[in-house]
Amino acid sequence: MATLAGPSRLIGAPIKRREDPRLIQGLSHYVDDLKLVNTLHCAFLRSDYAHAEIENIDTEAAKRLSGVVTVITGEDIREKVSSVPCAAEIEGLKIPNHPALAVGRVRFVGEPVAAVVATDPYIARDALDLIEIEYRELPVVVDMDKAIEPDSPVIFEEFGDNIAFTMPLDAGDVDKAFAEADHVISHRLVNQRLIPIAMEPRGVLAEYLRGEGTLTVWSSTQIPHHLKTFLSLLVDFPEHRIRVIAPEVGGAFGSKLNVYAEEAVVAYLAIQLGKPVKWIEKRGENFTSTIHGRDQINYVEIAVNNDGTITGLRAKLLANMGAYYQLLTPIIPVLTYLMIPGAYKIPNIKLELIGVLTNKMATDAYRGAGRPEATYIIERMVDLAAQKLGMDPKDIRFKNFPQPDEFPFEIPTGIIYDSGNYQETFNKALGIINYDDLRDQQSARRKRGKYVGIGICTYAEISGFGPSIGVAGGGWESSTVRIERTGKVTVLTGVSPHGQGQETSFAQIMADELGVDIDDIAVIHGDTGRQPQGIGTFGSRATPVGGTAMLIAGRQVKDKMAKLTAHLLEANPDDLVFENGKIFVQGSPAQAVEFATVAAAAHNAVNLPPDIEPGLEATHFFEPEKFTNPFGAHIAIVEVDPDTGEIDIQRYVAVDDIGHIINPLLVTGQVHGGIAQGLGQALYEGAVYDENGQLLTGSLMDYAVPKATQVPSVENDYTVTPSPANPMGVKGVGETGTIASTACIVNAVVDALSPLGVKDIEMPLTPNRVWQVIEDAKKGVSE
Amino acid sequence: MSKKVINTKINGTNYTAEVEPRMLLIHFIRDVAGLTGSHIGCETSICGACTAIVDGMAVKTCAMLAIQADGAEINTIEGLAENGDLHPIQEGFWECHGLQCGFCTPGMIMAASQLLERNPNPTESEIRHGLEGNLCRCTGYQHIVNAVQYAAQKMQS
Ligand code: FES
Ligand code: FES
Repeated sequence: MATLAGPSRLIGAPIKRREDPRLIQGLSHYVDDLKLVNTLHCAFLRSDYAHAEIENIDTEAAKRLSGVVTVITGEDIREKVSSVPCAAEIEGLKIPNHPALAVGRVRFVGEPVAAVVATDPYIARDALDLIEIEYRELPVVVDMDKAIEPDSPVIFEEFGDNIAFTMPLDAGDVDKAFAEADHVISHRLVNQRLIPIAMEPRGVLAEYLRGEGTLTVWSSTQIPHHLKTFLSLLVDFPEHRIRVIAPEVGGAFGSKLNVYAEEAVVAYLAIQLGKPVKWIEKRGENFTSTIHGRDQINYVEIAVNNDGTITGLRAKLLANMGAYYQLLTPIIPVLTYLMIPGAYKIPNIKLELIGVLTNKMATDAYRGAGRPEATYIIERMVDLAAQKLGMDPKDIRFKNFPQPDEFPFEIPTGIIYDSGNYQETFNKALGIINYDDLRDQQSARRKRGKYVGIGICTYAEISGFGPSIGVAGGGWESSTVRIERTGKVTVLTGVSPHGQGQETSFAQIMADELGVDIDDIAVIHGDTGRQPQGIGTFGSRATPVGGTAMLIAGRQVKDKMAKLTAHLLEANPDDLVFENGKIFVQGSPAQAVEFATVAAAAHNAVNLPPDIEPGLEATHFFEPEKFTNPFGAHIAIVEVDPDTGEIDIQRYVAVDDIGHIINPLLVTGQVHGGIAQGLGQALYEGAVYDENGQLLTGSLMDYAVPKATQVPSVENDYTVTPSPANPMGVKGVGETGTIASTACIVNAVVDALSPLGVKDIEMPLTPNRVWQVIEDAKKGVSE
Repeated sequence: MSKKVINTKINGTNYTAEVEPRMLLIHFIRDVAGLTGSHIGCETSICGACTAIVDGMAVKTCAMLAIQADGAEINTIEGLAENGDLHPIQEGFWECHGLQCGFCTPGMIMAASQLLERNPNPTESEIRHGLEGNLCRCTGYQHIVNAVQYAAQKMQS
């Protein structure tokens, strides 16, 4: 199965993006750039309290403000807008009602309580200041360890406690492995809460046309088709009369893989008012009320023998849900649970995953979604084991990798890794960074008093989501390929790119397949009115799943075109070649017929073979049989300044294996961006709530998104182990960088400080924290 | 609030309008002049998505009131290409894959134009420092640095 499509001319080429001319000239349209006549503007009043009863809401003064059209509260819409959806299906999961506007009680700071609609966005904001709310404060639950204690205050009384669900796993004979191991290493690892911060905040514009009975919603979303379905349920509007458009979307990273209260409320208001209603999220709202990521506390133990063989892993994983669930909230830590052995053969695993409710914003999918956490756990533990055994962290990794001939390789959590050659990829990275010399250089520099560290992360990922059995709401993707009468090609896809560049990479695939010029192919996405069905862009699925759907649809059209051409040329369809906009019998290019001529013939329909219908269009729904499993090896060299705690990343090598590569330029861009986000977690970022549930890091002043000076230049390379999961042999690349870089950087910094006896540092590794760790270690050493 | 009439010239075209004194310049550019190429990422003068050139200086236009720009000459991303020819910085971003979602890009390009005007041959570190006021969440900045280097070279030859 693992072959590339057609004679490869564009696949694999670093083609410049076709999206870019509009973006670099300011000619593209994000939601806020769309203007409809008579648009009204919506603003939300949000809770200032993390947990409180709403005793009274007085909206009268706001309603009287000139320019205000309406003000609504949770009570006004409780019968009209249903619970914000969660698609998770987990045994025993307690699912709270999640009103779009709070009813009776608020449960996190930033929860929407009331909505104002006005003729102007400034007036809408003014009106918010005129709404009076009386709250009665309730005890706040912010700390996960405390939240699961029996005496903790509870967030939903009907549940009795704050435990959303528990999920056990017991594979192999874990107790025996631990009893017989030479060493047991135990550690508490914290994966701090992050805030995705797409540079474009969320935004929604909804228009209801009373005459036509249609609702059109433009939303900055990754999943327009799911949004259409859920909106129909949320505001009880027939799905076949809803069109959702994701126009230009300014980044998402999982934060727009969701269905939000604001989308439902804006759609509801547009229907009620009969005028377009727009809401554009403020950055402050983006901090408090768009999903957060990570936030796990993990108690981990591994059993390891003197030769470095890891024989067992035991862990209790606490995952912070926040107060309510968003679309996938409880599922995200399940990915951590499933991927916890990473790139290693660990035969005995025992886990307990506990989802915990707290008075915070919901967590959900943030780039990597559960897998950076898993990678962090196992990569930190492997390094701790190497440190304990006095082994080179390189050697312990080789010791525990599965061999290339063991793939497909099943790990004890039930996931089957599709293909891999971890040794080859790791060796390549070690070669690039010249690892053998590096350790000598490190000792020499250490002797000169330098704190130099080498960090390794060899990761295995799960992506290409995925078989529908493993993806809430379905894991297939749909695509339609249509040859227009003039021979131009329209590709419609259900994936919804927002920076990834599939208008280019998908066109490369199709140009090769149909033998036409890339400029004759348009790739259309993000519009349920044009591409009827789809799932969306997330989980590194666009190319492995969406690209495959497109490729198969394209092949179906091509087959039909071949039959028609064979009829016109009196040839055998199997002998035809599609190349350079022409179709001809293999070996006879002189007798070619133009691609466009056949397209016209298919539509004119006067000389069709008897079994062929007019038109050239095919739709394919691709259901993947399995996940894909990218993997790779990242190595970083850092130097820590002991006087300031500052970390200088001197080299960063990334060798990733994502199967075949469609466009190396775009792939490298994805890896760079991913590494920057993972490194942000390692060094800079962290969402901090105080004991009252107030978000202390609620602005770009307080939450450190990495700047240009804070990210190193990366040396990228690749190995190619094709995936057997799809005909192009691709694995997906959207998340690899994020998954690898967090652990890589932390391992490097810990290695740098290991001469001081440092074993771990909690993220983010801010200068202040690193300096403190150094000072404490020095005291420990001198005592 | 009493409104005030202001005049600005944006990309060579005059815009006269009566605005509230509290209106931010970025809202004037986007909503009054209708030039939506400059974006809003924070409205608190951190992200740089709204960067435009005001009287020759790269400015975060969310940090200025429209009335402060009365009489000003403003250049935004829409005015950068001349007669359909891309500016070398735009070209650099395209050639070097200096953008993904594109949301930060107009501000990034305008900031880069000032950087290159002041320092036509910057080092990598000077580029990184020069763009420190503009956040990009997608690219990891490496291709942005390449793009600016590409433009610097092209503008010198
Ligand atoms: S919108 Fe002006 S700096 Fe962010
Ligand atoms: S390209 Fe998306 S924020 Fe820079």
